[in-house]
Amino acid sequence: MMIFTIASRELRSLFISPLAWSILAVVQLILAYMFLTQLDLFVSLQSRLLGIEGAPGVTEIIVAPLLGNAAVVLLLVVPMLTMRLVSEERRSQTLSLLFSAPLSMTEIVLGKFFGVLGFLLIMVAMIVLMPLSLLMGGSLDMGMLWSGVLGLVLLLASFAALGLFMSTLTEQPIIAAVSSFGVLLLLWIIDWAGSNNTGQASELFAYLSLLRHFESLLKGVFDSADVVYYLLFVSLFLGLSIRRLDADRLQH
Amino acid sequence: MTTEDVLIQADQVSRFFGPLRALDNISFEVKKGEVLGFLGPNGAGKSTTMQILSGNLAPSAGRVMISGIDLLDQPKQAKALLGYLPDQPPLYRELTVDEYLLFCACLNRIPASQRRNSLDVAKQRCGLTEVGKRLIGNLSKGYRQRVGIAQAIIHSPAVVILDEPTVGLDPIQIREIRALIRELRADHSVILSTHILPEVQTVCDRVQIINKGQLVLNDTIAGLQQRMRGEDLLVALRQAPELTALEAVVGEGNVTVLGEGRFKIHTAQLEQQAEALAIAAVENGWGLYELMPERLTLEQIFVDITTTETAAPESAEEVA
Repeated sequence: MMIFTIASRELRSLFISPLAWSILAVVQLILAYMFLTQLDLFVSLQSRLLGIEGAPGVTEIIVAPLLGNAAVVLLLVVPMLTMRLVSEERRSQTLSLLFSAPLSMTEIVLGKFFGVLGFLLIMVAMIVLMPLSLLMGGSLDMGMLWSGVLGLVLLLASFAALGLFMSTLTEQPIIAAVSSFGVLLLLWIIDWAGSNNTGQASELFAYLSLLRHFESLLKGVFDSADVVYYLLFVSLFLGLSIRRLDADRLQH
Repeated sequence: MTTEDVLIQADQVSRFFGPLRALDNISFEVKKGEVLGFLGPNGAGKSTTMQILSGNLAPSAGRVMISGIDLLDQPKQAKALLGYLPDQPPLYRELTVDEYLLFCACLNRIPASQRRNSLDVAKQRCGLTEVGKRLIGNLSKGYRQRVGIAQAIIHSPAVVILDEPTVGLDPIQIREIRALIRELRADHSVILSTHILPEVQTVCDRVQIINKGQLVLNDTIAGLQQRMRGEDLLVALRQAPELTALEAVVGEGNVTVLGEGRFKIHTAQLEQQAEALAIAAVENGWGLYELMPERLTLEQIFVDITTTETAAPESAEEVA
């Protein structure tokens, strides 16, 4: 209940500022362009694909790249949304309103997290409208589409949790944005390490990579290990955020 | 006095910031319906105390009980009884006054059916009825301060903690806010920190002076006024007599010559001495044109207490 109150305040504040609208507009525009080029590619390939046995379908050619591109674009965007969550409140000293209200730190952190997640879900819904529009002229592999969307949502939840944690660490929103972007990018490319030689270390890095788990979901492979990875990732950083906010009051 | 009457109980509270000792073993109580003024120079530990009482900071040692509930053990229950205005009002500038106060009402778990009502009451008490639809970011500082107070009282908490509520306001707004605080006393206990001395005299029942993290004075306003009564009488005479003649009138008092017919008389019985002097001056034609008991101002008491090291131990006894 309190979580919902904080989340809806967070969401409302986002939409009052032009930030949310401009982010929605820019992301939609860029992804729409990518969607159209992918569609163009498919149309030009269509006649040749017809002759091939087991050729990739419309979902594989259009939807999977679209969601993959959306993930990269949002890797840049999410830190900008999450940077203000706590650091801005700390800087303008509004955090004491939440601290002196009868709320637990868990409620505060979850409220902020779900506020941003709500915004990201709106964004995902708008992105998914594009592939869904293809239903007017043909059919899609729905299983593959929804597994990709699930992957995107889980990925964004992880971005948001990490961004929230970075925001609890500092008073400067920009520092929070830069550091969450840095960590996210590092986790994105961490599987590059030793990708040309096999070893235990590179397997570990590959497992840690945010991208690997997303890729299998994009291919329509639903592995519960991937889902659990994201859930663990989210809970880890939410837990750390709670600890960090708690530490604000304590001795240091 | 029963324990139910004590709404706030701070028990040997200390707080360190690294090696800096911001609060040193502070204990005090606030009873129901009381307005307690917290005085101190900058950096004395006023805001730290307020933050600890409101649960924004954890004390390094000691404990705080709000109406018998430990603030550290059961923070949710204790904080439900608190309303807190920090030195910077915690306002979301992008919201309107109504939206913001409704959000605060939700945070303080006011049931949905009563939210509108408590919003109207809080707005009316703080004189915000006219500005409900305006953005907080566009309000003047005085109005923002009032929104901050409205936020602290919207859930009718038993204890209202106000950290420098009148800072930066113009004199008319200061008077309005003081009137509001006096009004709050009817059904809330109020703790108020300030460095403006007359404010304490006008709104508080009890005063605590804090200096360098230590409580150096804890007294009622009446007690404070008693302290302010000095023991000196200033006399100015046009035809000044011999010093001995004056001393004869004053009796056991101690006369100091200030020059140009002015004298300072130190005595325990101010009123009787003043009367005797006036009679003698008329009878002997000394040409009395000024007779004034010298009162200590609150400022002087404050400066005395906070600057002299020797004053600390004896006033510490009074606290105990």
